[in-house]
Amino acid sequence: MNNSRPQIQGGAPEALAEVTKVSGPVIKARPASLFVMNELVEVGEERLAGEVISLDGELATIQVYENTSGIGLGCSVHGLGLPLYVELGPGLIGRIFDGIQRPLQELCQQWGDFIHRGRSGAPLDREHLWTFSPLRSAGEQLSGGEILGEVAESPILTHRVLVPPEVEGRLERIVPPGDYTLDDLIARVSSATGHSHELKLFHRWPVRKIRPSRKRLLSADPLITGQRVIDTFFPLTKGGTAAIPGGFGTGKTITQHQLTKWTDADIIVYIGCGERGNEMTGVLTDLPRLLDPRSGRPLIERTILVANTSDMPVAAREASIYTGITIAEYYRDMGYDVALMADSTSRWAEALREISGRLEEMPAEEGFPAYLASRLAAFYERAGQVITLANNTGSVTLIGAVSPPGGDFSEPVTSHTKRFVQCFWALDKELASGRYFPAINYLQSYSGYSRQVEPWWRRRVGEGWLELRDRAMEILQEDAKLQNIVRLLGEEALPDDQKRIIEGARLLKDGFLQQSAFDEIDSYAGPEKQFFLLEIILHLFDRLAEVVAARIPLFRALELPAIWAIYRLKSTLKGDESAPFQALREQIDLEIDTLLRRHHESSF
Amino acid sequence: MKTTDQPPEIFRSSARPSILEYIGLERINGPLLVVQGVKGASFDEQVEILVAKGPPRQGRVLSISEECAVIEVFEGTSGLSQVSTRVRFLGHPFELAVSREEVMGRVFDGLGQPLDGGPLLTKGARCDINGLPINPVARVYPEEFIQTGVSAIDGMNTLVRGQKLPIFSGSGLAHNELAAQIVRQARLLSDDQGFAVIFAAMGVRHDEAEGFRRSFEESGVLQNVAMFLNLADDPAVERLITPRVALTVAEHLAFEEGMHVLVLLTDMTNYCEALREVATSKGEVPSRKGYPGYLYSDLASIYERAGRLQNRPGSVTQIPILTMPDDDITHPIPDLTGYITEGQIVLDRSLAAKSVYPPVNVLPSLSRLMSDGIGPGRTREDHQDIANQLYAAYARAREAQRLAAIVGEEDISPIDKLYLRLAREFEARFLGQRPDENRTIRETLDLAWELVMLLPEQELSRLKPADIDSHGRGQTRAGAQVPWGEEDE
Repeated sequence: MNNSRPQIQGGAPEALAEVTKVSGPVIKARPASLFVMNELVEVGEERLAGEVISLDGELATIQVYENTSGIGLGCSVHGLGLPLYVELGPGLIGRIFDGIQRPLQELCQQWGDFIHRGRSGAPLDREHLWTFSPLRSAGEQLSGGEILGEVAESPILTHRVLVPPEVEGRLERIVPPGDYTLDDLIARVSSATGHSHELKLFHRWPVRKIRPSRKRLLSADPLITGQRVIDTFFPLTKGGTAAIPGGFGTGKTITQHQLTKWTDADIIVYIGCGERGNEMTGVLTDLPRLLDPRSGRPLIERTILVANTSDMPVAAREASIYTGITIAEYYRDMGYDVALMADSTSRWAEALREISGRLEEMPAEEGFPAYLASRLAAFYERAGQVITLANNTGSVTLIGAVSPPGGDFSEPVTSHTKRFVQCFWALDKELASGRYFPAINYLQSYSGYSRQVEPWWRRRVGEGWLELRDRAMEILQEDAKLQNIVRLLGEEALPDDQKRIIEGARLLKDGFLQQSAFDEIDSYAGPEKQFFLLEIILHLFDRLAEVVAARIPLFRALELPAIWAIYRLKSTLKGDESAPFQALREQIDLEIDTLLRRHHESSF
Repeated sequence: MKTTDQPPEIFRSSARPSILEYIGLERINGPLLVVQGVKGASFDEQVEILVAKGPPRQGRVLSISEECAVIEVFEGTSGLSQVSTRVRFLGHPFELAVSREEVMGRVFDGLGQPLDGGPLLTKGARCDINGLPINPVARVYPEEFIQTGVSAIDGMNTLVRGQKLPIFSGSGLAHNELAAQIVRQARLLSDDQGFAVIFAAMGVRHDEAEGFRRSFEESGVLQNVAMFLNLADDPAVERLITPRVALTVAEHLAFEEGMHVLVLLTDMTNYCEALREVATSKGEVPSRKGYPGYLYSDLASIYERAGRLQNRPGSVTQIPILTMPDDDITHPIPDLTGYITEGQIVLDRSLAAKSVYPPVNVLPSLSRLMSDGIGPGRTREDHQDIANQLYAAYARAREAQRLAAIVGEEDISPIDKLYLRLAREFEARFLGQRPDENRTIRETLDLAWELVMLLPEQELSRLKPADIDSHGRGQTRAGAQVPWGEEDE
């Protein structure tokens, strides 16, 4: 952790605690009086990291973040006098950490391809020289969370060096502009009580404690993801919460990866929580190669990864969520918009369940502990758009994947999550098995933010966005009802005005909602393109009503070349200009007008 | 936690002589032993149980406290005496000595003891069979195509080197035949870099194991196979060790000896049942269907031992086989497996009833690594699109089948009739193949084109017009009239 080992409270080494029980990742140690709740500890010769999770009479219960093979009775347990914390400072961007912020790249260089027990390194590089430009000068009054100076952390990101939230007072001394390492002292602050604080480029923060802010805001800014079904139909705000539940193979991970790539947040924190190792490797290989559509720089320069794969110890999986969100809050406090992806919160809940089982706690539903709901609620509550302590606006958007067993949304993790999120993107096995992606079921999904973001769309893109969206939803709902009949009698049995609904819904489904993550052009659709595309589909839908009203068989209209052009628009048009849409609209009008005219003429 | 300096002297482990021995048991409960007042033993330690008659049995420490140590015995507890049984703690976790020359072409039991009369495994480095988590930074993303010669896999659920792709089957379905066919045909094998097949059986029948052995023999790969057999009449708890022993050997061959290793694990359902048995005996709080809450983590500790590493030439590719109880894919075993593995090949009873071999239902099947293992330079540039089109068309065709079952085949629309025909041909010609039929990827893709071209071009929204021109045109265009053209004029 730090190189100067904290002093053991009580001093004498014979006051060390001893292991009295080992059961998987949970151990007990005596005497409990040596520890405080949630204190970090080290266990045994190999100094395995652990955290005190209960104190009961003589015995302390400790969850160990590493494999406990070989730990036996009498092994020593040593308290560090600190809660589980993360180091927050320049050098987080572009790195990959495990659940307790051990730097995986350095571990790999130093210890090889496998993760050994008790091997670790400093989370942030201590050698690197950062160019620091102070923004405050000596003599000024500082309060917690204010910006002390700046460091260019990556070519696209200015790292604002913050006064730790609990520090307040007069800035006695600050270093001149220049190059400093993380261990260099850059400022001294003396508080009103005469206490003096030495500040560095980084500070520590306990992961289970929410970072303070001045005020929470109700966000009206959409988080643009470039995914049509999300941005247009089930939008998310900056500072909002969303859940993506879906059985295996429904495309949760692809959706999370798409969001990681394309969202217009400033920083992405991606937590691979109990998921596949190869997936993290995939993210690690892709992100340096892909370019941010806005800055033109590699996406890795705005991304931080936390990986606790499914074969890594289960207790660290429990911690990984908190490590990730604390890092996200830190960048929020600099005034950035941060999006946090957690894949998957179900694995985190399972880690809770496993530890709870080892503690022999009374289980509630399906073996999950009774505090599952309150832990989930507390986690999602850490999202939000805020006025920071330095009076900037920043946000943390939370997007959690949920992996319901058997794809059953009534299971505890999904059903509790539903209570705490505003946006619910339900993934559907049927859609996925037809290779219909993203497999977001538009009938089961919802977003509580549609009305909130409407002014933004009106201001930035065009009038009538919400009306378009509502009309499209209406067609899809109508279609769902008709599909019940189609399933029994076939499409042929429907009259033309109902066939028009089916066709309209098909255009919406295939030409708009369906979006290929692997198609270079289709992978990302800007807000303008989404708007124009929806507009043109609904325009065609309206014109088809005229065709039906004129009693022209609908299939004639469906043969028009303009319709095929609409189907292909999503993957042929890259930009956001309206001209090609306008041209196609004219083509539609021309073709439909011709059809109507010919019919009119021939019926005389 | 994050320091690298040497531990100060105040740190101590439970210092003791390397081997401890205790006589007498407090309790025997199913596969578990409870020994009272053990000093100095540690969690997960390997244990030998010495009985008056018969060979020593193997076990490991499941939990340890001041009152007692709980030990699981792999060979079962029958015949153990509460008074005279001696328990010897060996001072290290379960280990195996692995070397290439000692394992290849051999047959072992589920704990790694020879069954073929050959020598014990003694050479080579001793490895902890639990392995270590692989640092995701050290992994290489798997993207080398393996041609299995099976169209349903190559064309639509491509296997790549370093993948873990399970077969979800049901009792009585042809999973063994399919697995054996993959082993025989996989191009992985024709590679000059050396290959190995590790076969781990957990609770399978003698004839099944023998079938695999014969299949390896016939294809002439027996010298490159190591078999670890825990058969149906072997002790159930031993199954908890078998896959770990097999994977320890696989990892050694792949990452130390640079071989490409294909690991078959069959049947994972039996493994999970053994895990449940032990958890129940311990009195743990169960989660779904009585399985322990850590089933996911436990399975992950097996399945995640696959992949490729940077700067190491070899690879471990896993094909676990599991039978879904009552063909239920939402049962915890297939469900949790599907969340860990990179896809699944699902066998289907209704296809088997139509005599389709292999009875792969492609709709719930998936290979997550497919998109990275195919395309120009690997298979063919049109692979992804034609696979997507075939998926979409077959999904639609299933709808048409459902409709035809209700209103009758005569009364469905002409386009639905085309879809019905596509479904029939797809099942008979694309899915269906002989167990010895080895199709090249080119043959598979051309067949796919032939099938989708049964449909009119308007239906082919997943295909690029240019690809239709270059791959589709040469095909027979049997049903390619405009479907609604019939009512026209």
